[in-house]
Amino acid sequence: MSDTPFVAVEGLHFARGDKDIFRGVDLAIPRGGITAIMGPSGSGKTTLLKLVGGQLTPDAGRVLFDGRDVHRQSRKALFAMRRRMGMLFQSGALFSDLDVFENVAFPLRVHTDLPGAMVRDLVLMKLEAVGLRGARDMLPAELSGGMARRVALARAIALDPELILYDEPFVGQDPISMGVLVQLIKRLNQALGLTSVIVSHDIKETLTIADYVYVIADGQVMAHGTPQGLDVDRDPRVSQFVHGEPDGPVPFHYPAVDYFTDILSSGGGR
Amino acid sequence: MMSRVLRLGRFGCELFEALGRAGIFLAQSAVGLPSREGWYLWLRQMHFVGVLSLAIVLVSGLFIGMVLALQGYTILVDFGAEQALGQMVALSLLRELAPVVAALLFAGRAGSALTAEIGLMKATEQLSSMEMIGVDPLRRVVAPRLWAGFVALPLLTVGFSVVGIYGGYLVGVDWLGGFAGSYWGNMQASVEFVADVGNGMVKSLVFALVVTWIAVFQGYDLVPTSEGISRATTRTVVYSSLAVLGLDFVLTAVMFGGLA
Repeated sequence: MSDTPFVAVEGLHFARGDKDIFRGVDLAIPRGGITAIMGPSGSGKTTLLKLVGGQLTPDAGRVLFDGRDVHRQSRKALFAMRRRMGMLFQSGALFSDLDVFENVAFPLRVHTDLPGAMVRDLVLMKLEAVGLRGARDMLPAELSGGMARRVALARAIALDPELILYDEPFVGQDPISMGVLVQLIKRLNQALGLTSVIVSHDIKETLTIADYVYVIADGQVMAHGTPQGLDVDRDPRVSQFVHGEPDGPVPFHYPAVDYFTDILSSGGGR
Repeated sequence: MMSRVLRLGRFGCELFEALGRAGIFLAQSAVGLPSREGWYLWLRQMHFVGVLSLAIVLVSGLFIGMVLALQGYTILVDFGAEQALGQMVALSLLRELAPVVAALLFAGRAGSALTAEIGLMKATEQLSSMEMIGVDPLRRVVAPRLWAGFVALPLLTVGFSVVGIYGGYLVGVDWLGGFAGSYWGNMQASVEFVADVGNGMVKSLVFALVVTWIAVFQGYDLVPTSEGISRATTRTVVYSSLAVLGLDFVLTAVMFGGLA
Protein backbone atom coordinates (compact mmCIF):
# COMPACT_ATOMS: atom_id res chain seq x y z
CA MET A 1 0.00 0.00 0.00
CA SER A 2 1.30 3.42 -0.88
CA ASP A 3 1.08 6.35 1.49
CA THR A 4 -1.32 8.56 -0.43
CA PRO A 5 -4.83 7.16 -0.13
CA PHE A 6 -6.59 6.01 -3.30
CA VAL A 7 -9.79 7.67 -2.22
CA ALA A 8 -9.71 10.54 0.24
CA VAL A 9 -12.72 12.25 1.74
CA GLU A 10 -11.89 15.57 3.36
CA GLY A 11 -14.15 17.67 5.57
CA LEU A 12 -17.30 16.42 3.90
CA HIS A 13 -20.55 18.25 4.67
CA PHE A 14 -23.83 17.23 3.14
CA ALA A 15 -27.42 18.07 4.02
CA ARG A 16 -30.76 16.90 2.69
CA GLY A 17 -33.29 19.65 3.25
CA ASP A 18 -32.91 20.69 6.86
CA LYS A 19 -31.31 17.43 7.94
CA ASP A 20 -27.54 17.26 8.16
CA ILE A 21 -26.31 13.92 6.87
CA PHE A 22 -22.58 14.59 7.19
CA ARG A 23 -20.93 17.19 9.37
CA GLY A 24 -17.25 17.01 8.54
CA VAL A 25 -16.32 13.47 7.58
CA ASP A 26 -12.70 12.54 6.82
CA LEU A 27 -11.81 9.16 5.38
CA ALA A 28 -8.67 7.76 3.81
CA ILE A 29 -9.11 4.61 1.77
CA PRO A 30 -5.80 2.94 0.96
CA ARG A 31 -5.11 1.23 -2.36
CA GLY A 32 -5.57 -2.50 -2.52
CA GLY A 33 -7.40 -3.20 0.71
CA ILE A 34 -10.95 -3.76 1.84
CA THR A 35 -12.24 -0.79 3.78
CA ALA A 36 -15.56 -1.06 5.56
CA ILE A 37 -17.78 1.88 6.38
CA MET A 38 -20.26 0.93 9.03
CA GLY A 39 -22.96 2.67 10.92
CA PRO A 40 -26.57 2.36 11.96
CA SER A 41 -29.33 2.49 9.34
CA GLY A 42 -30.03 6.01 8.24
CA SER A 43 -26.52 7.24 8.97
CA GLY A 44 -26.02 8.11 5.31
CA LYS A 45 -23.75 5.29 4.21
CA THR A 46 -25.33 4.95 0.78
CA THR A 47 -25.25 8.73 0.41
CA LEU A 48 -21.52 8.56 1.07
CA LEU A 49 -21.01 6.13 -1.81
CA LYS A 50 -23.04 8.38 -4.10
CA LEU A 51 -20.83 11.28 -3.10
CA VAL A 52 -17.71 9.25 -3.89
CA GLY A 53 -19.18 8.26 -7.26
CA GLY A 54 -20.01 11.88 -8.05
CA GLN A 55 -23.75 11.30 -8.23
CA LEU A 56 -24.31 13.82 -5.45
CA THR A 57 -22.39 17.02 -4.77
CA PRO A 58 -21.24 17.87 -1.23
CA ASP A 59 -22.14 21.17 0.41
CA ALA A 60 -18.56 21.54 1.58
CA GLY A 61 -15.37 19.48 1.56
CA ARG A 62 -14.09 17.33 -1.25
CA VAL A 63 -13.61 13.79 -2.44
CA LEU A 64 -10.36 12.86 -4.13
CA PHE A 65 -10.17 9.82 -6.38
CA ASP A 66 -6.57 8.96 -7.20
CA GLY A 67 -5.60 12.54 -6.34
CA ARG A 68 -8.29 14.25 -8.44
CA ASP A 69 -11.33 16.05 -7.07
CA VAL A 70 -14.40 14.08 -8.19
CA HIS A 71 -16.70 17.09 -8.09
CA ARG A 72 -14.49 19.41 -10.10
CA GLN A 73 -14.52 17.30 -13.26
CA SER A 74 -16.44 18.07 -16.40
CA ARG A 75 -19.37 15.76 -17.12
CA LYS A 76 -17.21 13.92 -19.65
CA ALA A 77 -14.22 13.54 -17.34
CA LEU A 78 -16.49 12.36 -14.56
CA PHE A 79 -17.90 9.62 -16.77
CA ALA A 80 -14.36 8.63 -17.75
CA MET A 81 -13.46 8.49 -14.05
CA ARG A 82 -16.44 6.28 -13.31
CA ARG A 83 -15.15 3.69 -15.75
CA ARG A 84 -12.39 3.07 -13.23
CA MET A 85 -14.98 2.46 -10.51
CA GLY A 86 -17.50 -0.31 -10.15
CA MET A 87 -20.48 -0.11 -7.91
CA LEU A 88 -22.67 -2.85 -6.57
CA PHE A 89 -26.08 -1.47 -5.76
CA GLN A 90 -28.17 -2.78 -2.91
CA SER A 91 -30.93 -3.88 -5.27
CA GLY A 92 -28.48 -5.15 -7.88
CA ALA A 93 -29.98 -2.61 -10.31
CA LEU A 94 -29.73 -4.98 -13.28
CA PHE A 95 -31.22 -3.71 -16.52
CA SER A 96 -34.57 -5.44 -16.55
CA ASP A 97 -34.89 -5.55 -20.34
CA LEU A 98 -31.59 -7.40 -20.85
CA ASP A 99 -30.75 -10.99 -19.93
CA VAL A 100 -27.88 -11.93 -17.62
CA PHE A 101 -25.35 -12.24 -20.43
CA GLU A 102 -26.23 -8.86 -21.94
CA ASN A 103 -26.22 -7.20 -18.54
CA VAL A 104 -22.62 -8.25 -17.98
CA ALA A 105 -21.71 -7.48 -21.58
CA PHE A 106 -23.23 -3.98 -21.35
CA PRO A 107 -20.16 -2.10 -20.04
CA LEU A 108 -17.92 -3.95 -22.52
CA ARG A 109 -20.14 -3.13 -25.45
CA VAL A 110 -20.46 0.56 -24.66
CA HIS A 111 -16.87 1.22 -23.67
CA THR A 112 -14.81 -1.05 -25.89
CA ASP A 113 -14.69 -2.08 -29.54
CA LEU A 114 -13.88 -5.69 -28.78
CA PRO A 115 -15.04 -8.28 -31.31
CA GLY A 116 -18.08 -10.35 -30.36
CA ALA A 117 -16.11 -13.51 -29.63
CA MET A 118 -13.90 -11.72 -27.14
CA VAL A 119 -16.86 -10.07 -25.42
CA ARG A 120 -18.35 -13.53 -25.09
CA ASP A 121 -15.18 -14.93 -23.52
CA LEU A 122 -14.89 -12.04 -21.09
CA VAL A 123 -18.53 -12.25 -20.06
CA LEU A 124 -18.26 -15.97 -19.48
CA MET A 125 -15.10 -15.43 -17.42
CA LYS A 126 -16.84 -12.87 -15.21
CA LEU A 127 -19.91 -15.07 -14.85
CA GLU A 128 -17.70 -18.06 -14.02
CA ALA A 129 -16.05 -15.98 -11.29
CA VAL A 130 -19.41 -15.48 -9.59
CA GLY A 131 -20.54 -19.02 -10.37
CA LEU A 132 -23.41 -18.13 -12.67
CA ARG A 133 -22.14 -19.10 -16.11
CA GLY A 134 -25.11 -21.46 -16.37
CA ALA A 135 -27.61 -18.65 -15.79
CA ARG A 136 -26.56 -16.56 -18.76
CA ASP A 137 -29.89 -16.76 -20.57
CA MET A 138 -32.08 -15.88 -17.60
CA LEU A 139 -33.80 -12.53 -17.22
CA PRO A 140 -33.26 -10.46 -14.05
CA ALA A 141 -36.87 -11.08 -13.01
CA GLU A 142 -36.14 -14.84 -12.88
CA LEU A 143 -33.17 -14.56 -10.52
CA SER A 144 -33.21 -14.85 -6.75
CA GLY A 145 -31.97 -11.88 -4.74
CA GLY A 146 -28.57 -13.46 -4.11
CA MET A 147 -28.12 -14.43 -7.76
CA ALA A 148 -29.09 -10.94 -8.91
CA ARG A 149 -26.47 -9.47 -6.65
CA ARG A 150 -23.83 -11.84 -8.00
CA VAL A 151 -24.73 -10.96 -11.59
CA ALA A 152 -24.49 -7.29 -10.63
CA LEU A 153 -21.07 -8.04 -9.17
CA ALA A 154 -19.99 -9.67 -12.42
CA ARG A 155 -21.19 -6.58 -14.27
CA ALA A 156 -19.38 -4.28 -11.85
CA ILE A 157 -16.07 -6.05 -12.52
CA ALA A 158 -16.61 -6.41 -16.27
CA LEU A 159 -14.30 -3.52 -17.13
CA ASP A 160 -11.73 -4.50 -14.47
CA PRO A 161 -12.19 -1.40 -12.32
CA GLU A 162 -9.61 -0.26 -9.80
CA LEU A 163 -12.15 0.62 -7.15
CA ILE A 164 -15.33 -1.19 -6.30
CA LEU A 165 -18.02 0.20 -4.05
CA TYR A 166 -20.38 -2.24 -2.35
CA ASP A 167 -23.66 -0.84 -1.09
CA GLU A 168 -25.03 -3.13 1.65
CA PRO A 169 -23.99 -6.34 -0.13
CA PHE A 170 -25.27 -8.63 2.63
CA VAL A 171 -28.71 -7.18 3.26
CA GLY A 172 -31.57 -9.64 2.88
CA GLN A 173 -29.42 -12.64 1.96
CA ASP A 174 -29.93 -16.14 3.28
CA PRO A 175 -26.96 -17.61 5.18
CA ILE A 176 -25.66 -19.55 2.18
CA SER A 177 -25.64 -16.68 -0.30
CA MET A 178 -24.28 -14.45 2.45
CA GLY A 179 -21.32 -16.79 2.85
CA VAL A 180 -20.89 -16.97 -0.92
CA LEU A 181 -20.83 -13.19 -1.20
CA VAL A 182 -18.36 -12.76 1.66
CA GLN A 183 -15.98 -15.21 0.01
CA LEU A 184 -16.49 -13.65 -3.42
CA ILE A 185 -15.71 -10.14 -2.25
CA LYS A 186 -12.54 -11.29 -0.52
CA ARG A 187 -11.40 -13.47 -3.41
CA LEU A 188 -12.05 -10.86 -6.06
CA ASN A 189 -10.22 -8.27 -4.03
CA GLN A 190 -7.15 -10.47 -3.85
CA ALA A 191 -7.27 -11.91 -7.35
CA LEU A 192 -7.89 -8.66 -9.20
CA GLY A 193 -5.90 -6.35 -6.94
CA LEU A 194 -8.94 -4.17 -6.39
CA THR A 195 -9.58 -1.54 -3.81
CA SER A 196 -12.87 -2.34 -2.15
CA VAL A 197 -15.17 -0.18 -0.07
CA ILE A 198 -17.99 -1.95 1.71
CA VAL A 199 -20.84 -0.03 3.22
CA SER A 200 -22.73 -2.25 5.59
CA HIS A 201 -24.26 -2.73 8.97
CA ASP A 202 -23.78 -6.48 9.02
CA ILE A 203 -21.02 -6.41 11.58
CA LYS A 204 -20.00 -10.04 11.78
CA GLU A 205 -19.64 -10.63 8.04
CA THR A 206 -18.01 -7.32 7.33
CA LEU A 207 -15.46 -7.56 10.12
CA THR A 208 -14.25 -10.95 8.89
CA ILE A 209 -13.07 -9.55 5.56
CA ALA A 210 -12.33 -5.87 6.21
CA ASP A 211 -8.78 -4.61 6.61
CA TYR A 212 -9.84 -1.32 8.09
CA VAL A 213 -13.14 -0.05 9.46
CA TYR A 214 -14.75 3.36 9.82
CA VAL A 215 -17.82 3.68 12.03
CA ILE A 216 -20.08 6.59 11.12
CA ALA A 217 -22.83 7.97 13.33
CA ASP A 218 -24.48 11.36 13.70
CA GLY A 219 -22.82 12.63 10.57
CA GLN A 220 -19.31 12.09 11.82
CA VAL A 221 -16.68 9.40 12.02
CA MET A 222 -17.24 7.92 15.46
CA ALA A 223 -14.32 5.52 15.41
CA HIS A 224 -11.90 3.91 13.02
CA GLY A 225 -9.36 1.16 13.23
CA THR A 226 -8.69 -2.45 12.41
CA PRO A 227 -11.45 -4.98 13.16
CA GLN A 228 -9.46 -6.32 16.12
CA GLY A 229 -8.98 -2.81 17.46
CA LEU A 230 -12.67 -1.98 17.27
CA ASP A 231 -13.65 -5.20 18.94
CA VAL A 232 -11.91 -4.17 22.15
CA ASP A 233 -12.67 -0.44 21.84
CA ARG A 234 -13.85 0.88 25.17
CA ASP A 235 -15.90 3.80 23.83
CA PRO A 236 -19.45 2.84 24.84
CA ARG A 237 -20.90 4.03 21.52
CA VAL A 238 -18.52 1.88 19.51
CA SER A 239 -18.96 -1.07 21.76
CA GLN A 240 -22.75 -0.80 21.53
CA PHE A 241 -22.62 -0.88 17.75
CA VAL A 242 -19.96 -3.54 17.33
CA HIS A 243 -21.61 -5.88 19.82
CA GLY A 244 -25.12 -5.10 18.71
CA GLU A 245 -26.66 -4.00 22.00
CA PRO A 246 -30.20 -2.70 21.46
CA ASP A 247 -29.97 0.32 23.75
CA GLY A 248 -27.10 2.47 24.90
CA PRO A 249 -25.59 5.78 23.89
CA VAL A 250 -27.33 5.34 20.52
CA PRO A 251 -30.89 5.38 21.84
CA PHE A 252 -33.52 2.82 20.95
CA HIS A 253 -36.13 5.59 20.86
CA TYR A 254 -36.41 8.19 18.15
CA PRO A 255 -36.32 11.59 19.89
CA ALA A 256 -39.76 12.45 21.30
CA VAL A 257 -41.35 14.34 24.16
CA ASP A 258 -41.53 12.61 27.51
CA TYR A 259 -43.64 9.43 27.32
CA PHE A 260 -45.70 10.24 30.42
CA THR A 261 -46.66 13.76 29.30
CA ASP A 262 -47.32 12.48 25.79
CA ILE A 263 -49.82 9.85 26.95
CA LEU A 264 -51.64 12.24 29.33
CA SER A 265 -51.86 15.12 26.86
CA SER A 266 -53.97 13.27 24.30
CA GLY A 267 -56.84 15.56 23.39
CA GLY A 268 -58.38 13.54 20.60
CA GLY A 269 -55.63 14.34 18.10
CA ARG A 270 -52.35 12.53 17.53
CA MET B 1 -51.96 37.18 4.60
CA MET B 2 -48.19 37.19 4.91
CA SER B 3 -48.07 33.42 4.73
CA ARG B 4 -50.15 33.46 1.55
CA VAL B 5 -47.71 35.84 -0.08
CA LEU B 6 -44.88 33.61 1.07
CA ARG B 7 -46.59 30.54 -0.32
CA LEU B 8 -47.20 32.26 -3.63
CA GLY B 9 -43.56 33.32 -3.74
CA ARG B 10 -42.36 29.83 -2.98
CA PHE B 11 -44.66 28.38 -5.61
CA GLY B 12 -43.26 30.86 -8.14
CA CYS B 13 -39.67 30.00 -7.26
CA GLU B 14 -40.34 26.27 -7.45
CA LEU B 15 -42.10 26.67 -10.78
CA PHE B 16 -39.20 28.54 -12.31
CA GLU B 17 -36.69 26.12 -10.80
CA ALA B 18 -38.58 23.18 -12.31
CA LEU B 19 -38.79 24.92 -15.69
CA GLY B 20 -35.06 25.59 -15.55
CA ARG B 21 -34.29 21.98 -14.69
CA ALA B 22 -36.56 20.80 -17.49
CA GLY B 23 -34.84 23.14 -19.93
CA ILE B 24 -31.34 21.99 -19.04
CA PHE B 25 -32.59 18.41 -19.16
CA LEU B 26 -33.97 18.91 -22.68
CA ALA B 27 -30.79 20.57 -23.90
CA GLN B 28 -28.56 17.84 -22.47
CA SER B 29 -30.61 14.99 -23.87
CA ALA B 30 -31.56 16.38 -27.25
CA VAL B 31 -27.93 16.56 -28.34
CA GLY B 32 -27.34 12.88 -27.69
CA LEU B 33 -28.04 10.82 -30.75
CA PRO B 34 -24.72 9.96 -32.36
CA SER B 35 -23.24 6.50 -33.05
CA ARG B 36 -24.63 3.46 -34.81
CA GLU B 37 -25.96 2.18 -31.52
CA GLY B 38 -27.89 5.38 -30.99
CA TRP B 39 -29.76 4.69 -34.21
CA TYR B 40 -30.59 1.19 -33.08
CA LEU B 41 -31.91 2.46 -29.73
CA TRP B 42 -33.92 5.10 -31.56
CA LEU B 43 -35.45 2.51 -33.89
CA ARG B 44 -36.43 0.36 -30.93
CA GLN B 45 -38.19 3.30 -29.31
CA MET B 46 -39.87 4.17 -32.62
CA HIS B 47 -41.38 0.72 -32.39
CA PHE B 48 -42.61 1.17 -28.82
CA VAL B 49 -43.73 4.76 -29.13
CA GLY B 50 -44.84 4.87 -32.75
CA VAL B 51 -45.74 1.48 -34.17
CA LEU B 52 -47.52 0.31 -31.05
CA SER B 53 -49.57 3.54 -30.92
CA LEU B 54 -50.64 3.02 -34.52
CA ALA B 55 -53.70 0.92 -33.74
CA ILE B 56 -55.33 3.32 -31.28
CA VAL B 57 -54.53 6.37 -33.40
CA LEU B 58 -55.84 4.89 -36.65
CA VAL B 59 -59.01 3.47 -35.14
CA SER B 60 -59.73 6.80 -33.44
CA GLY B 61 -59.04 8.60 -36.70
CA LEU B 62 -61.50 6.40 -38.55
CA PHE B 63 -64.27 7.02 -36.04
CA ILE B 64 -63.65 10.74 -35.83
CA GLY B 65 -63.78 11.02 -39.62
CA MET B 66 -67.01 9.03 -39.67
CA VAL B 67 -68.64 11.12 -36.95
CA LEU B 68 -67.55 14.35 -38.64
CA ALA B 69 -69.15 13.27 -41.90
CA LEU B 70 -72.34 12.18 -40.19
CA GLN B 71 -72.72 15.39 -38.19
CA GLY B 72 -71.63 17.55 -41.11
CA TYR B 73 -73.96 15.89 -43.58
CA THR B 74 -77.08 16.38 -41.47
CA ILE B 75 -76.33 20.10 -41.15
CA LEU B 76 -75.06 20.73 -44.65
CA VAL B 77 -78.02 18.99 -46.27
CA ASP B 78 -80.34 21.60 -44.73
CA PHE B 79 -78.59 24.23 -46.81
CA GLY B 80 -78.29 22.00 -49.83
CA ALA B 81 -74.54 22.13 -49.43
CA GLU B 82 -73.78 18.45 -48.92
CA GLN B 83 -71.29 18.48 -51.76
CA ALA B 84 -69.01 20.54 -49.49
CA LEU B 85 -68.74 17.58 -47.09
CA GLY B 86 -65.29 16.51 -48.30
CA GLN B 87 -63.95 20.01 -47.84
CA MET B 88 -65.36 20.25 -44.33
CA VAL B 89 -64.05 16.86 -43.20
CA ALA B 90 -60.60 17.41 -44.66
CA LEU B 91 -60.11 20.91 -43.27
CA SER B 92 -61.36 20.04 -39.79
CA LEU B 93 -59.06 17.06 -39.66
CA LEU B 94 -55.94 18.59 -41.17
CA ARG B 95 -56.07 21.91 -39.35
CA GLU B 96 -57.43 20.90 -36.00
CA LEU B 97 -58.60 17.46 -35.07
CA ALA B 98 -55.77 15.28 -36.33
CA PRO B 99 -52.93 17.18 -34.59
CA VAL B 100 -54.85 17.70 -31.36
CA VAL B 101 -56.56 14.34 -30.95
CA ALA B 102 -53.49 12.40 -32.06
CA ALA B 103 -51.41 14.33 -29.51
CA LEU B 104 -53.92 13.65 -26.74
CA LEU B 105 -54.02 9.96 -27.60
CA PHE B 106 -50.24 9.90 -27.83
CA ALA B 107 -49.94 11.47 -24.37
CA GLY B 108 -52.24 8.82 -22.94
CA ARG B 109 -50.81 5.85 -24.78
CA ALA B 110 -47.09 6.58 -25.18
CA GLY B 111 -46.39 9.52 -22.84
CA SER B 112 -47.64 7.79 -19.74
CA ALA B 113 -45.71 4.64 -20.68
CA LEU B 114 -42.51 6.66 -21.14
CA THR B 115 -42.93 8.28 -17.73
CA ALA B 116 -43.63 5.00 -15.98
CA GLU B 117 -40.75 3.20 -17.70
CA ILE B 118 -38.14 5.85 -16.97
CA GLY B 119 -39.53 6.31 -13.48
CA LEU B 120 -39.28 2.63 -12.70
CA MET B 121 -35.74 2.56 -14.05
CA LYS B 122 -34.96 5.37 -11.63
CA ALA B 123 -36.70 3.69 -8.70
CA THR B 124 -34.81 0.42 -9.25
CA GLU B 125 -31.50 2.33 -9.47
CA GLN B 126 -30.99 1.31 -13.10
CA LEU B 127 -30.30 4.92 -14.05
CA SER B 128 -27.82 5.28 -11.18
CA SER B 129 -26.04 2.09 -12.06
CA MET B 130 -25.83 3.20 -15.68
CA GLU B 131 -24.19 6.41 -14.52
CA MET B 132 -21.73 4.45 -12.42
CA ILE B 133 -20.87 2.25 -15.40
CA GLY B 134 -19.91 5.50 -17.08
CA VAL B 135 -22.86 5.74 -19.46
CA ASP B 136 -24.90 8.91 -19.45
CA PRO B 137 -28.55 7.91 -19.02
CA LEU B 138 -29.63 11.15 -20.66
CA ARG B 139 -27.97 9.99 -23.85
CA ARG B 140 -28.66 6.32 -23.56
CA VAL B 141 -32.18 6.23 -22.12
CA VAL B 142 -33.75 9.65 -22.57
CA ALA B 143 -32.42 10.82 -25.95
CA PRO B 144 -33.72 7.88 -28.04
CA ARG B 145 -37.16 8.19 -26.45
CA LEU B 146 -37.23 11.93 -26.95
CA TRP B 147 -36.32 11.71 -30.63
CA ALA B 148 -38.65 8.81 -31.21
CA GLY B 149 -41.50 10.90 -29.83
CA PHE B 150 -40.55 13.92 -31.98
CA VAL B 151 -40.66 11.82 -35.12
CA ALA B 152 -43.47 9.42 -34.31
CA LEU B 153 -46.26 11.85 -33.42
CA PRO B 154 -46.20 13.84 -36.71
CA LEU B 155 -46.23 10.55 -38.62
CA LEU B 156 -49.12 9.29 -36.54
CA THR B 157 -50.92 12.56 -37.23
CA VAL B 158 -50.57 11.99 -40.97
CA GLY B 159 -52.04 8.53 -40.54
CA PHE B 160 -54.87 9.95 -38.45
CA SER B 161 -55.80 12.46 -41.18
CA VAL B 162 -55.66 9.93 -43.99
CA VAL B 163 -57.80 7.38 -42.21
CA GLY B 164 -60.19 10.09 -40.98
CA ILE B 165 -60.76 11.41 -44.49
CA TYR B 166 -61.42 7.89 -45.66
CA GLY B 167 -63.85 7.39 -42.73
CA GLY B 168 -65.69 10.52 -43.86
CA TYR B 169 -65.92 9.08 -47.34
CA LEU B 170 -67.34 5.80 -46.05
CA VAL B 171 -70.15 7.57 -44.22
CA GLY B 172 -70.78 10.51 -46.53
CA VAL B 173 -70.63 8.65 -49.83
CA ASP B 174 -71.03 4.93 -49.29
CA TRP B 175 -73.63 5.12 -46.57
CA LEU B 176 -75.52 8.39 -46.98
CA GLY B 177 -75.26 8.35 -50.75
CA GLY B 178 -73.35 11.60 -51.40
CA PHE B 179 -71.60 12.02 -54.73
CA ALA B 180 -68.01 10.75 -54.68
CA GLY B 181 -66.87 13.25 -57.28
CA SER B 182 -67.89 16.25 -55.22
CA TYR B 183 -66.44 14.75 -52.03
CA TRP B 184 -62.96 14.49 -53.53
CA GLY B 185 -63.29 17.37 -56.00
CA ASN B 186 -64.26 19.99 -53.45
CA MET B 187 -61.54 18.75 -51.13
CA GLN B 188 -58.92 19.03 -53.84
CA ALA B 189 -60.06 22.50 -54.81
CA SER B 190 -60.12 23.97 -51.30
CA VAL B 191 -57.31 22.34 -49.31
CA GLU B 192 -53.99 24.20 -49.66
CA PHE B 193 -50.84 22.26 -49.06
CA VAL B 194 -48.84 24.84 -47.14
CA ALA B 195 -51.66 26.67 -45.39
CA ASP B 196 -53.64 23.63 -44.30
CA VAL B 197 -51.50 20.50 -44.42
CA GLY B 198 -48.30 22.40 -43.56
CA ASN B 199 -49.75 24.33 -40.65
CA GLY B 200 -51.32 21.15 -39.28
CA MET B 201 -47.92 19.48 -39.39
CA VAL B 202 -46.28 22.43 -37.63
CA LYS B 203 -48.86 22.06 -34.86
CA SER B 204 -48.15 18.38 -34.67
CA LEU B 205 -44.39 18.96 -34.43
CA VAL B 206 -44.88 21.43 -31.59
CA PHE B 207 -47.20 19.02 -29.76
CA ALA B 208 -44.73 16.17 -30.27
CA LEU B 209 -41.97 18.22 -28.70
CA VAL B 210 -44.06 19.31 -25.74
CA VAL B 211 -45.73 15.97 -24.98
CA THR B 212 -42.54 13.92 -25.22
CA TRP B 213 -40.57 16.46 -23.27
CA ILE B 214 -43.13 16.47 -20.45
CA ALA B 215 -43.30 12.66 -20.43
CA VAL B 216 -39.56 11.94 -20.23
CA PHE B 217 -38.89 14.79 -17.81
CA GLN B 218 -41.65 13.68 -15.45
CA GLY B 219 -40.15 10.19 -15.50
CA TYR B 220 -36.62 11.38 -14.91
CA ASP B 221 -37.49 13.90 -12.21
CA LEU B 222 -39.98 11.93 -10.13
CA VAL B 223 -39.69 10.83 -6.52
CA PRO B 224 -38.59 7.19 -6.83
CA THR B 225 -41.40 5.52 -4.89
CA SER B 226 -44.55 3.76 -6.09
CA GLU B 227 -46.60 6.79 -5.14
CA GLY B 228 -44.16 9.05 -6.97
CA ILE B 229 -44.46 7.01 -10.16
CA SER B 230 -48.24 7.04 -10.10
CA ARG B 231 -48.30 10.80 -9.51
CA ALA B 232 -45.80 11.48 -12.26
CA THR B 233 -47.75 9.37 -14.74
CA THR B 234 -50.90 11.29 -13.92
CA ARG B 235 -49.04 14.58 -14.23
CA THR B 236 -47.75 13.57 -17.66
CA VAL B 237 -51.24 13.04 -19.00
CA VAL B 238 -52.73 16.13 -17.32
CA TYR B 239 -49.92 18.55 -18.19
CA SER B 240 -49.61 17.22 -21.75
CA SER B 241 -53.33 17.52 -22.41
CA LEU B 242 -53.51 21.05 -21.02
CA ALA B 243 -50.36 22.09 -22.88
CA VAL B 244 -51.67 20.67 -26.15
CA LEU B 245 -55.05 22.35 -25.88
CA GLY B 246 -53.59 25.66 -24.74
CA LEU B 247 -50.91 25.70 -27.41
CA ASP B 248 -53.48 24.71 -30.00
CA PHE B 249 -55.40 27.89 -29.32
CA VAL B 250 -52.29 30.02 -29.56
CA LEU B 251 -51.10 28.34 -32.74
CA THR B 252 -54.55 28.53 -34.33
CA ALA B 253 -54.74 32.22 -33.50
CA VAL B 254 -51.39 32.80 -35.16
CA MET B 255 -51.92 30.54 -38.17
CA PHE B 256 -55.57 31.00 -39.04
CA GLY B 257 -56.74 33.91 -36.90
CA GLY B 258 -54.95 36.59 -38.85
CA LEU B 259 -52.60 37.45 -35.99
CA ALA B 260 -49.42 36.75 -37.92
